[in-house]
Amino acid sequence: MLSIVDLQARIAGKTILNGIDLEVRPGEVHAIMGPNGSGKSTLAQVLAGREEYEVTAGRVDFDGRDLLAMPAEERARAGLFLGFQYPVEIPGVNNVYLLKAALNAKRRAAGQPEVDAYEFLALVREKMRIMQMNESFLSRGVNEGFSGGEKKRNEILQMLVLEPKLAILDETDSGLDIDALKVVAQGVNTLRHPERAVVLVTHYQRLLDYVVPDHVHVLARGRIIKSGDRSLALELERRGYDWLLESKVA
Amino acid sequence: MSSKSPDVEALIAQKYRHGFVTDIESDSFPPGLDESVVAAISRKKNEPQFLLDWRLKAFRHWLTMREPVWAHVRFDPIDYQDISYYSAPRAKADAPKSIDEVDPKLLATYEKLGIPLHERARLAGVAVDAVFDSVSVATTFKDKLAKAGVIFCSFSDAVRDHPELIEQYLGSVVPPGDNFYAALNSAVFSDGSFVYVPRGVRCPMELSTYFRINAAKTGQFERTLIVAAEGASVSYLEGCTAPMRDENQLHAAVVELVALDDARIKYSTVQNWYPGDENGVGGIYNFVTKRGECRGRNSKISWTQVETGSAITWKYPSCVLRGEGSVGEFYSVAVTSHRQQADTGTKMIHIGRNTKSTIVAKGISAGRATSAYRGLVKVLPSAEGARNFTQCDSLLMGPHCEAHTFPYMEVRNPSATVEHEASTSKIGEDQLFYCLQRGISAEDAVNMIVSGFCKAVFKELPMEFAVEAQNLLSVSLEGAVG
Ligand SMILES: Nc1ncnc2c1ncn2[C@@H]1O[C@H](COP(=O)(O)OP(=O)(O)OP(=O)(O)O)[C@@H](O)[C@H]1O
Ligand SMILES: [Mg+2]
Repeated sequence: MLSIVDLQARIAGKTILNGIDLEVRPGEVHAIMGPNGSGKSTLAQVLAGREEYEVTAGRVDFDGRDLLAMPAEERARAGLFLGFQYPVEIPGVNNVYLLKAALNAKRRAAGQPEVDAYEFLALVREKMRIMQMNESFLSRGVNEGFSGGEKKRNEILQMLVLEPKLAILDETDSGLDIDALKVVAQGVNTLRHPERAVVLVTHYQRLLDYVVPDHVHVLARGRIIKSGDRSLALELERRGYDWLLESKVA
Repeated sequence: MSSKSPDVEALIAQKYRHGFVTDIESDSFPPGLDESVVAAISRKKNEPQFLLDWRLKAFRHWLTMREPVWAHVRFDPIDYQDISYYSAPRAKADAPKSIDEVDPKLLATYEKLGIPLHERARLAGVAVDAVFDSVSVATTFKDKLAKAGVIFCSFSDAVRDHPELIEQYLGSVVPPGDNFYAALNSAVFSDGSFVYVPRGVRCPMELSTYFRINAAKTGQFERTLIVAAEGASVSYLEGCTAPMRDENQLHAAVVELVALDDARIKYSTVQNWYPGDENGVGGIYNFVTKRGECRGRNSKISWTQVETGSAITWKYPSCVLRGEGSVGEFYSVAVTSHRQQADTGTKMIHIGRNTKSTIVAKGISAGRATSAYRGLVKVLPSAEGARNFTQCDSLLMGPHCEAHTFPYMEVRNPSATVEHEASTSKIGEDQLFYCLQRGISAEDAVNMIVSGFCKAVFKELPMEFAVEAQNLLSVSLEGAVG
């Protein structure tokens, strides 16, 4: 589904991604961990099509298409979703309005008719129940005045409404209380499907107790320096990253 | 931040949709201005002597005045002798008595602008006065309004039919010598709209005037006067467009509002004069004086404006809060793109006790445009318990535009409360990317973000026009997406 080969990218003259290789197949959950500043968000943003980052080498294939050649909105419509580490506020724009515009953009691209208001509301209500969100969030401005945790929940709500093929969730678990973490995990699990895949960027093994990954990768200094299964996350929790970084230097 | 990303700048390339010229024969004065021109305008309109005297007095005063230089705008000197001060579509015989007698070319013009004047196609619930260059060509729903006792007609008709009201109220809010442009207008104004809502009457429909500049080398100097008597209320909207031309044209209007005890006036503007091209060639100079006086107790005047057009905008719709407990409001969205310049804001003059004012001003600049908010809140010693709240926000699109805020406060009564909030934000590449990542096109995203920013103002517009304003905004900010 997603196949990254030797991806390199830089910003402001500084190389951040140093040759990433990653293969994500349908149905899989991958976790990407790694020290602060190692390039995890950069990878997520580059995949989502943020043009501030300059891709200097590499190829990315998404569902048989050349991902890097597509503009950001097309990637989204093709089924790539990014849950932002810092969801932005858009004052005055109704949350529900954005959601509907997003869903319709996707449907139009797929040659489907726009969703009617009644159908749409029913869909959103159902997803809000899963996320245990109060309906008042619909009429508020996008993330406007939301608490940190509420913003993250809202990201997952959008994901559930858009039903992407590939969801890249950048630290969606950061800043969540224990109950909220479970709700978010449940949201992610709802999306799991043999045809869909999830990439979780996280610092904490706790999320992985609820959303069990098939593969765990460590990203450091713009490279994936180690991959393993679930047990790698447990080991990282115990030992940190130093042992990996040192062995790399040596 | 790199400008390579979904190009905010390209998004704002402006298309002007009202730039056509109506090919119609017109009666125009040759360019030039002296007392004989002032007298000729007055004669054209068969004005009573008091009005001619009033004009001449204003003209003589104007000769002693200089253009104001304090505004944050720049333009080449205007040659006032190179402007024609009167232009009217040539009448077939006498003035048309009904819409059916109006030149079809004129009707077609307004139709094209989305303002059908014909009985069958009229905007439901909205009476329109259509002003073409220097004259009013038609006013709809006059009879229906007359039944309610409301006078809504062209200024010229008002001078003819209700001279006593004109004499009583004209210049009573904006004196002829108020400022350079107001003085010029007082000397040469040609037409405009007049509204009088008698005691206790709620005007049964929205009133609106649609101003259209058509002729080249002319200025438009219209005059609007709205009087709401005790307990009356009225909502009025003006719209403006002009053809695309390489030269700059001057529009110097004066609007006066008078609200007596318990009266309410809501005045909304959707201003879309031709803004000039992307290099700043052509466009209207919109130098306008608008002021309302809450003369009576508990009266209320509310200005709402959506300003997207004009090469230069210079206007400060203001409220003189004389009556005890009176309320003034100003809600504004000013959009400037390319090389447009706007210096706009309001003045709230608190004179009466417990007077209250609210100012919400939103400026959006894009391209190489500059926009300035200039606001004065003045609380006189007599204004015990006065309150003001001001909020002004600027949104910058792209790296080359400017926004400035000049709030002036003069509080001479210690019991007054004056609050001011201001913010400047850039249309975030972050916000834009967020929307793109959700599959929304860059154009839709910009529209969405901008209208979100303007929401507090749009909700003040009469419902019929909120949609129009929204569309206007999208057109102003529309452009090729890379
Ligand atoms: N616009 C920019 N200009 C300069 N450096 C940048 C820019 N954006 C990111 N970087 C740098 O790139 C590196 C990687 O950042 P990134 O956000 O990808 O890290 P991360 O792995 O997500 O970290 P964290 O775990 O803290 O979220 C950091 O050193 C960061 O400072
Ligand atoms: Mg990060």
